[in-house]
Amino acid sequence: MGTRKRTALNNPAPSLALPDAASAIGTRFTVPGMRCAGCIAKIERELPKITGIQTARVNFSAKRVAIQHDPALDEDDLTEALLGLGFEAQPVADNPLGVEADERKKLLRALGVAGFGMMNIMLLSVSVWSGADGSTRDLFHWLSAVIAMPVIAYAGRPFFGSAWMALKYRRTNMDVPISIGVILATALSLYETVTGGEHAYFESAVMLLFFLLAGRALDAEMRTRTRAGIGALLGRMGKSASVIGPDGSTQRIAAGDLEPGMLVLVAAGEALAADGEVEQGSSAVDNAMLTGESAPESIFIGSKVHAGTINLTAPFQMRLTRTADDTALAEIARLMDEAGQSRSHYVRIADRASRLYAPVVHSLAALAFIGWMLTGAGWHQSLVIAIAVLIITCPCAIGLAVPTAQVVASGALLKRGLLVKDGSALERLAEVDAALFDKTGTLTLGEPRPDIAALDEQARSVALGLAQTSRHPLSRGLADALRKEGVEPAVIRDASEVSGAGLRGMWTDLKSGAGHGVEVALERPETSDSDLAARLRIGGDTAIITFSDPLRSDCAETLAALKAYGISASILSGDRKAPVEAASKRLGIAAQSQATPQDKLTALSDLQNAGKRPLMIGDGLNDGPALAAAHASITPGTASDASQQAADAVFIGEKLMPVALAVRVARRTMTIVRQNFGLAILYNALAVPLALFGYVTPLIAAIAMSVSSLIVVANSLRLAGSAEYPGSAENAGSEARL
Amino acid sequence: MTGLAFLIPIALLMGAAGLAAFFWAMRTGQYDDMDGSAARILIDEEEEELS
Repeated sequence: MGTRKRTALNNPAPSLALPDAASAIGTRFTVPGMRCAGCIAKIERELPKITGIQTARVNFSAKRVAIQHDPALDEDDLTEALLGLGFEAQPVADNPLGVEADERKKLLRALGVAGFGMMNIMLLSVSVWSGADGSTRDLFHWLSAVIAMPVIAYAGRPFFGSAWMALKYRRTNMDVPISIGVILATALSLYETVTGGEHAYFESAVMLLFFLLAGRALDAEMRTRTRAGIGALLGRMGKSASVIGPDGSTQRIAAGDLEPGMLVLVAAGEALAADGEVEQGSSAVDNAMLTGESAPESIFIGSKVHAGTINLTAPFQMRLTRTADDTALAEIARLMDEAGQSRSHYVRIADRASRLYAPVVHSLAALAFIGWMLTGAGWHQSLVIAIAVLIITCPCAIGLAVPTAQVVASGALLKRGLLVKDGSALERLAEVDAALFDKTGTLTLGEPRPDIAALDEQARSVALGLAQTSRHPLSRGLADALRKEGVEPAVIRDASEVSGAGLRGMWTDLKSGAGHGVEVALERPETSDSDLAARLRIGGDTAIITFSDPLRSDCAETLAALKAYGISASILSGDRKAPVEAASKRLGIAAQSQATPQDKLTALSDLQNAGKRPLMIGDGLNDGPALAAAHASITPGTASDASQQAADAVFIGEKLMPVALAVRVARRTMTIVRQNFGLAILYNALAVPLALFGYVTPLIAAIAMSVSSLIVVANSLRLAGSAEYPGSAENAGSEARL
Repeated sequence: MTGLAFLIPIALLMGAAGLAAFFWAMRTGQYDDMDGSAARILIDEEEEELS
């Protein structure tokens, strides 16, 4: 075995160094790149080997890692550690989905209780139907009642609660007829039991609850699963700033208390907390959060800088111009909020159906009761018929029609690397007929890729040794590319970063065995026509490394697929004119360049006014308002938190094809949903007249309803294979046949 | 008929045991990471113990 392994073995376990687990704190990260069992094993085994990390636990479904660690390590250290293992990670705010997880657990528990009750009551009911009578029947009815009352009280809570809320505000929803049906059936059965009557309907009531809860639990599952990976808005804006007083002393002041006119010292690596103008010093800033532009921007005295940008290289002083809620970042957040509200007026299909459906159910049941009373059937028989009508028209199949189809479809898409955030997103995705793409980070990968073909092994090793010491986007891109080639970093001593100039360090060539080091550097080249270049210097030898931001490899195929679905695509970018036009020519689609967030909104509302339903695909925070305003929106997993929050779906990886796939699957889902509604309505059209005329007992009604629900579920399961790639659909089909 | 006196409590107990098992599984987070559990079975035991 190699020495490497033995070293790892002989290291003391981190827990020995820090035995008191009580002092450990937990931090959670979203790690979208986890794909297989190997990733789980790698993270859970390798992370605890780092001093200060006690345990790491992966939740694969949610693509999260929970790390127990020493308080001395902060989020950045842990992000670095995960990056070292080859996983991009983002810290998650403490408990954003606690409420929904609780909701889901409550539903699952209610489902378990209803299932237990249903099985036992069924057992007793079957004995009664098969001929038990006299005191045995009474005993079984009493037993059923004893089981059913607490089960209905517990498992019915989600429905009773929601129905009560609706009635309180003088509205009606699906839960009102369900609650009335269940309560009436239970009350009537109890009366029958007490008076020693022939029929009790506890099994119908409990079975109804069980199937309805199954639909609700699926719906909740869909929502919780897809909230993963969404962090808080504005989290990256600086929380405080060092204000320089008139006497030269500095003082930390929280972002909300900053005022225009203050002089602020910004350290290297710090995120800006307000907008302002540089007054002294020069540096380079990372503006990716605002513009999506990956190249760092050089700033000098007089340059305007914005909250949310990160100072990369050297400290500088800035005079604040706009602070707190007035910054460009806060302005974008406000636009997003307003734009998102307009979309929330969209009414989901299920809600539209239930709005029409619930009053019909009530009226039919009431009519049945009144009608049979008038014909002189007696109140008991009239009530039994009315309950049968309530149960048989109960929207079980309709309730399941939408969530089952959406859960199956979103599960299929998740396997292809696309996370749909909620059910209405699939409905809206199915309706889009125009697509607008941002360029940087969406059509392109959004990260600088170096051309390293010209470097020899030694140069690569030195370049990696230097690049891995810096957080500059070019250094990161270079380090990533070299690591992918399997390059081992050279040991660089005294590595230092000089603002606007580059990285410098001393390197000792182990092979030549020279005693003294050679000076090595990664520098900004003096003469280069491209912004994106670095010069590697080893002693006296130099080599220029150029960077580019390449288009995603399957852009053309994706656009062709979208075109085949009748969706016209165009580019809407905040980038400079030249690169946007180049991309537009290569892909053969129209383009608009130098668009501000406001311009993007205008372009979208123009399309919407023309009767189109636009799909926005973008990643930068400057796309945020557009993402929120578009009929539907998709963002890459590398986008800022704010954009991921605003978008309907997030896709992971270097391919663009999930975008076209999402549209295709969404359309197939809506076809299935419509079929489901058709099946459910067909069932009602057949069963309701029978029930109205008194041919159906509550038990037969409950069984018919269950069968119709099962048919709907089976139909939805056909979506499981719907997310094959459009191009390879035939191949995949023939493979399956083999 | 006397058989019922045994069979019904047994049926109820078995059902209740199933329900208790389900609640236990919920509380200990057996359903928190369904895809992860499917993948974890493919992870080999720690190789380090072999050497």
